[in-house]
Amino acid sequence: MALIKNGAVADDPYTDVADDAVLPDGPVIVSLQRFRVDRDGLLARNTPVGVRLAPDQSPEALAGDQGRLALVVLEFAKFRDGRPFSWARLLRTRLTFAGEIRASGDFLYDQIAFLVRVGFDAFALPPAITPKLFQRALGEMTNVYQPSADGKTTIRQLRG
Amino acid sequence: MAQSLTANRLIDGVVLYWRGGDWVETLAEADVFAEPQTADAAFAAAKDFVARNVVVNPYLFEVKDGRPVSEREIIRAAGPSVRQDVGKQADV
Amino acid sequence: MYRYDEFDAAFVRERTEQFRFQVERRLKGELNEDQFKPFRLMNGLYLQLHAYMLRVAVPYGTLSAPQLRMLAHIARKYDKGYGHFTTRQNIQYNWPKLKDVPDILAELATVEMHAIQTSGNCIRNVTSDHFAGAAAEEVEDPRPVAELIRQWSSLHPEFSFLGRKFKIAVTASPHDRTALRYHDAGVEIVQNGDGRIGYRISVGGGMGRTPYLSYVVAEFIEKPDLLAYLEAILRVFNESGRRDNIYKARIKILAHTLGATAMRERIEREFGEIKAAGSLDVPETERARIEAYFAPPAFEDLPDMALPQGGALGDWVTSNTHPHRVRGYRIVTISLKPIGGVPGDISHEQLDGVAELLDDFALDELRASHEQNLVLPHVRIEDLPAIFERLTVLGLATPNAGLITDLICCPGLDYCDLANARSITIAQEISKRFADLARQHDIGDLKIKISGCINACGHHHAGHIGILGVDKKGVEYYQLLLGGSAAEDASIGEILGPGFGEHEIVDAVERVVEAYLTLRQPGERFLATTRRLGLEPFRSAAYEEQRHGAD
Repeated sequence: MALIKNGAVADDPYTDVADDAVLPDGPVIVSLQRFRVDRDGLLARNTPVGVRLAPDQSPEALAGDQGRLALVVLEFAKFRDGRPFSWARLLRTRLTFAGEIRASGDFLYDQIAFLVRVGFDAFALPPAITPKLFQRALGEMTNVYQPSADGKTTIRQLRG
Repeated sequence: MAQSLTANRLIDGVVLYWRGGDWVETLAEADVFAEPQTADAAFAAAKDFVARNVVVNPYLFEVKDGRPVSEREIIRAAGPSVRQDVGKQADV
Repeated sequence: MYRYDEFDAAFVRERTEQFRFQVERRLKGELNEDQFKPFRLMNGLYLQLHAYMLRVAVPYGTLSAPQLRMLAHIARKYDKGYGHFTTRQNIQYNWPKLKDVPDILAELATVEMHAIQTSGNCIRNVTSDHFAGAAAEEVEDPRPVAELIRQWSSLHPEFSFLGRKFKIAVTASPHDRTALRYHDAGVEIVQNGDGRIGYRISVGGGMGRTPYLSYVVAEFIEKPDLLAYLEAILRVFNESGRRDNIYKARIKILAHTLGATAMRERIEREFGEIKAAGSLDVPETERARIEAYFAPPAFEDLPDMALPQGGALGDWVTSNTHPHRVRGYRIVTISLKPIGGVPGDISHEQLDGVAELLDDFALDELRASHEQNLVLPHVRIEDLPAIFERLTVLGLATPNAGLITDLICCPGLDYCDLANARSITIAQEISKRFADLARQHDIGDLKIKISGCINACGHHHAGHIGILGVDKKGVEYYQLLLGGSAAEDASIGEILGPGFGEHEIVDAVERVVEAYLTLRQPGERFLATTRRLGLEPFRSAAYEEQRHGAD
């Protein structure tokens, strides 16, 4: 599975760790449940920590720790469930999270441009989306009406 | 009760009926399955046409004496009851 | 009316090409139907009982002559020669082919039209008052605000995959012609005590399986803050609306579960943050840019003129014209409810004919109403006879606007994949039963609304008399509701009792109407009588025959 980060194919340094698995060395991704239980130990490891959130888990659960986390993975259980769009936006604005926000799971080519706009900067691409298609998705709509987390200039601003 | 099998053609939406392993456009030509087993076998075979993106939304419906039982399927087979000049009824 | 600038035009062109690529991938099998469906719906494309159906947006109901000609052209070239005006100011085509839809959208784009967000779990095309800019009592023309919302909601990055659809209506008149309180969010343009104009915002209305009227969450939102406030509502909905059951996923369920106080607090928290960020402020320059497009036409200084009276023209003027805010003008309703016809249907010849009428009488625009009629907003009284004559030739001069045969109904089982029963046939039978014009005038203001299933596209909850088609083991039955209203006195109709068969329902309606004529006080309209007396006398009238049968 290809990982896109900041628009380019990138290596994934993280190990996604199941709740009952032993923590490996190096950067890890854990569930919110595990983060809650092992929080102090995880943050004391001195290696990047990512937290994986299910679609019904608001990132407000991470409030206070957003500066200590390197990565938040927002899972799409099914592509039609659009809550992660608001979670990403909330991470970037209310929580001013500056780390990586990664989309994983069931999202489609047709959602990529929206995902980038609301603050996702990393994508665990499903097999159907090649890196080339990823780039194509970003070029479909030149201009946008809404301000969002990506800070893109809006049509209203272009109108001057 | 006896059943027939219908779907819509993906590319243009036209209502289709199952006949002998393929699709026809009118109910009059459709296979009527007296046994649930043969109906289910046709439905399973129709799934291949879904996988090949030829048809969408196949389903079985009940027929009796050569006519669908439900008003819905009668209208689907003929066209809108309020406009005789459109739908399959207009081509007869 | 609004005209696209280079950015709007490019946006709609690119959106069309985006959809073309989606269709290509679907036909090649790179998208399966489950994946494709939400994306085709976001472009107004359904798969219905017989074929695909394309719902084209008529933003806030405003159409120009070139747009009408394009709609006629599409009906001829890609469909079967007719279209259907819906209960949300859209027009639907019943027979397009999937492979043609990108080309249809490309043709629509040349006249600044599209099908963006006329369906799907996203912010739907915004609707407004079909008398906007002409009604005597409005605070200001609501359409610039509707246009602002249209742009903000188009391909919204955060709110395109909501739990369910989200509908917004805008009105600026104390007489509500938008069914405002049945919307997920309503924007009322109001003037506050200081004389400033702003917005009263309501949320949580809707029809469907569980009907609710909206309640007010903000009494007065300042003009620059409108989009920030709407964005706050949508964020609360996207985060907290239910996702486990589609019948409970609308904001009406969230709003009425949380209650007004908690809902307000949630919205205010988001609103505060969005407003503080400032990026959604609507500056005066942008409001003025949009408002300029909606500047009223150059009205002539006309003398007060008596309305034509007597004969067929007089009948038509009485029911199908309304007071205009400018002396010497009237608002004209073109009824799409010929006696015994299909409510809302219009042929390509009629679309072209209306376009020609606009040109010949120097009328710059037409409106589509949620009551499935058309409206000429600014007609000189002296032109009424000539316009009536032209409409008569086109078969569009039925003198029944606002009367009992001006009923609205969804396509029902004749076209719709979701329907449980036919609704058009019931509309036609009622229309024929009450065809006598003198009787219609005697009955007066009585709105009948018919839906062929619980999804309520025919607004049955909001009918003075509502009819809901249900399926009982493959047979069509009809429930009767009384006492609903979509106007400023909004209310939800109550079901009278067990359903009626297809051949009983029209008789039951007639017995209810006859009971009203017997029971009413002088000058009392149907809805007032039902509210004064309650449902019981009407219930016993409706079921009278059946009771006698059981004796």
